[in-house]
Amino acid sequence: MAEKKILLAHGSGGRLSHQLVKDLFLPVFDNDVLNQLDDRAEIYAAGVRLAFTTDSFVVSPPFFPGGDIGKLAVCGTVNDLAMGGAEPLYLSAGFIIEEGLPVDQLKTIVESMRKTADEAGVKIVCGDTKVVERGSADRIFINTSGIGLVPEGVNISGSFARPGDKVLINGYIGDHGIAVMAERQGLSFREEIASDSAPLNGLVKAMLEVSRDIHVLRDPTRGGVATTLNEIASQSNVGIVLQEEAIPVREQVLAACEILGFDPLYVANEGKLLAVVPAEKAGLMLEAMKKHPYGAESAIIGEVVADHPGRVVLSTGIGGRRIVDMLVGEQLPRIC
Amino acid sequence: MKFLKEYRDSKLAGEILEKIKKVSKKPAKLMEVCGTHTVSIFRHGIRDILPHNITLISGPGCPVCVTPNKHIDEAIELCRRPGVILTTFGDMMKVPGSESSLSAEKALGADIRIVYSTLDAVDIAVNNPEKEVVFFGIGFETTSPTIAAAVLRAEREGLTNFSVLGAQKLIPQAIRALLDNNETGINGFILPGHVSALIGIKPYEFIAREFSIPAVIIGFEPVDILQGILMLVKQIEEGTARVEIQYSRGVPQEGNPHAMKVLFKVFEPSDAVWRGIGTIPGTGLKLRKRYRKYDAVKKFGIEIRESREHPGCRCGEVLRGVITPLECGLYGKACLPEHPIGPCMVSVEGTCAAYYKYGKRS
Amino acid sequence: MCLAIPAKIISIDDNIAEVEIAGVTRKVSLDLAPEAKLDDYVLVHAGFAIQVIDEEEALKTLELFKEILEHEVS
Repeated sequence: MAEKKILLAHGSGGRLSHQLVKDLFLPVFDNDVLNQLDDRAEIYAAGVRLAFTTDSFVVSPPFFPGGDIGKLAVCGTVNDLAMGGAEPLYLSAGFIIEEGLPVDQLKTIVESMRKTADEAGVKIVCGDTKVVERGSADRIFINTSGIGLVPEGVNISGSFARPGDKVLINGYIGDHGIAVMAERQGLSFREEIASDSAPLNGLVKAMLEVSRDIHVLRDPTRGGVATTLNEIASQSNVGIVLQEEAIPVREQVLAACEILGFDPLYVANEGKLLAVVPAEKAGLMLEAMKKHPYGAESAIIGEVVADHPGRVVLSTGIGGRRIVDMLVGEQLPRIC
Repeated sequence: MKFLKEYRDSKLAGEILEKIKKVSKKPAKLMEVCGTHTVSIFRHGIRDILPHNITLISGPGCPVCVTPNKHIDEAIELCRRPGVILTTFGDMMKVPGSESSLSAEKALGADIRIVYSTLDAVDIAVNNPEKEVVFFGIGFETTSPTIAAAVLRAEREGLTNFSVLGAQKLIPQAIRALLDNNETGINGFILPGHVSALIGIKPYEFIAREFSIPAVIIGFEPVDILQGILMLVKQIEEGTARVEIQYSRGVPQEGNPHAMKVLFKVFEPSDAVWRGIGTIPGTGLKLRKRYRKYDAVKKFGIEIRESREHPGCRCGEVLRGVITPLECGLYGKACLPEHPIGPCMVSVEGTCAAYYKYGKRS
Repeated sequence: MCLAIPAKIISIDDNIAEVEIAGVTRKVSLDLAPEAKLDDYVLVHAGFAIQVIDEEEALKTLELFKEILEHEVS
């Protein structure tokens, strides 16, 4: 690592985050399970194939249109498990609370966790609470860990994308990032843009019923669709070609991006998944996704190619092509 | 989105492109002065679809890129002062100065806040009367009037805790400086739409009159850019040189005289150092006498003795359009978006960052 | 160098206007474009309206585009 201090960008999910993991954590923790670098670890315990993951949530503000930090904390971990095709079962919840947080707010957050857990069919079975001095945290931080069961015959990993495969997404991109950012940037919406945060294990189950032959599932959270597809391209050593006009983006999200100088491909999602499936299964898969409440706007947005391994290329609306790189640093509102 | 979507029509873009291919015979080296054009051109993949005889080169129109280290060092010095809140556009956060950057200073605890508008900075001053709020002012004619408006508002409200670290620049005379050097053999200029929305067409007329080079003020959507290029190549084929406006919906002949009046009420032209180009007379802005109390450098007695630029960095030549980033020894090796050495790699619209992000690696 | 987008003025209160772009609204200052009226489209840059969009010119540009299309087709 070139930096002497940790910068915000080390946590943005982009290139610096990857370097931090690769250069600092991996060499120290070094083991074959971690080295897979999927969103969850697959482990065998007493002959049972388990998926295990953890995630921390520090979103500011903790309440935003369409959700709150509690809902995110459950969805995030449930989705990390679901992206391995696992059925999530149990979660833990750790709270770091800033002195002075109104109890009402905590209650709202906790109730929202329960509601989301019920929807996802998981139980929150253990927890921990720490309170820190005012100023040592921003209201509330939550960590959740989760375990789930991986069904027979399911083999999903970021490294399984193959040339010819199709890339699917389950709906509009960028809603979450824009919903959160709008609050901070004084933007309002005629029709509210709500965070898309949602537990996706139900959708994944419906997809696995169509076929267990899903190669990759990933939720494009921090760093957005662009960063996640870059990860897949590099893990699978393939190229990916996207069709700009096929990518579903709400006009309002596009407008907010124009105002703030953002690219929607890099804006965070909390209820989206990218699926890479064999071409012959793509049509059926798309139909099944569209039938699910969290997949009504699903679309096939691109395909996997043998060319330019490790790179994602976008065919632009006007017929040009450009490389879509990983997010570098955080996206900041800009005027230039 | 009205006035936006119709200018991204792929069919139309295709038709205009065909027309360009039909018309354009002579080699045409066109400079897009403005970084926002650079980004838009890359983002829509325009370079690759143009015929081979048309070359686009990027110019000095990225305010982040042309800001010399001295100003960044001043901003860093200011944010280290106790009781100072430094406010800035997001664009400046990651730019490396001689030894540090604002983003690194923030990690060390400095109170640095990203604002979207200069008025947000004034609001912060209103809401924090016990603090000193400094706005780091960068930008060209498009942005500078908004800085002037903020100063006027601070004056109206009698604020004594608001000041500006000024590093703004003016565009037309910088184009003259490029032409005087004549290093690049430019055949046509893609002029910045939004700067022109403020200054109008007149300040560019010397380009055609004195240098016989065609120039067109162009909008930022792909159809705008292609249509503007078509206008330029037509002139080049005809052997004429005029300044024209493609972006007529946003650029009246006279620009926005009211905004320019606001700008020059508060600021007056001064000499300015452009990174990589040097001092260009009359291309900077300094606060007029009446408003000098809002000058952060004077107010806090900031003095930067010596600013260092990386010896291997060739941003200057990139900004002048003399070399492409690919010809710089640091580009893509030591100088990467995550470890930028020069400002052209930092700013989203910097030529090096645009080249790298959109895939020109070697 | 300068991002600016077209937005429609939906209300004005003194020198502050509320503008809308595809359903997104934001308050912007009219300090630099005091002549802007309700229902005008303005170019918005960094929280300020910097220019009123000339709808007639916009239509002309589009007409020109259309002509190009028709010309090529026929």
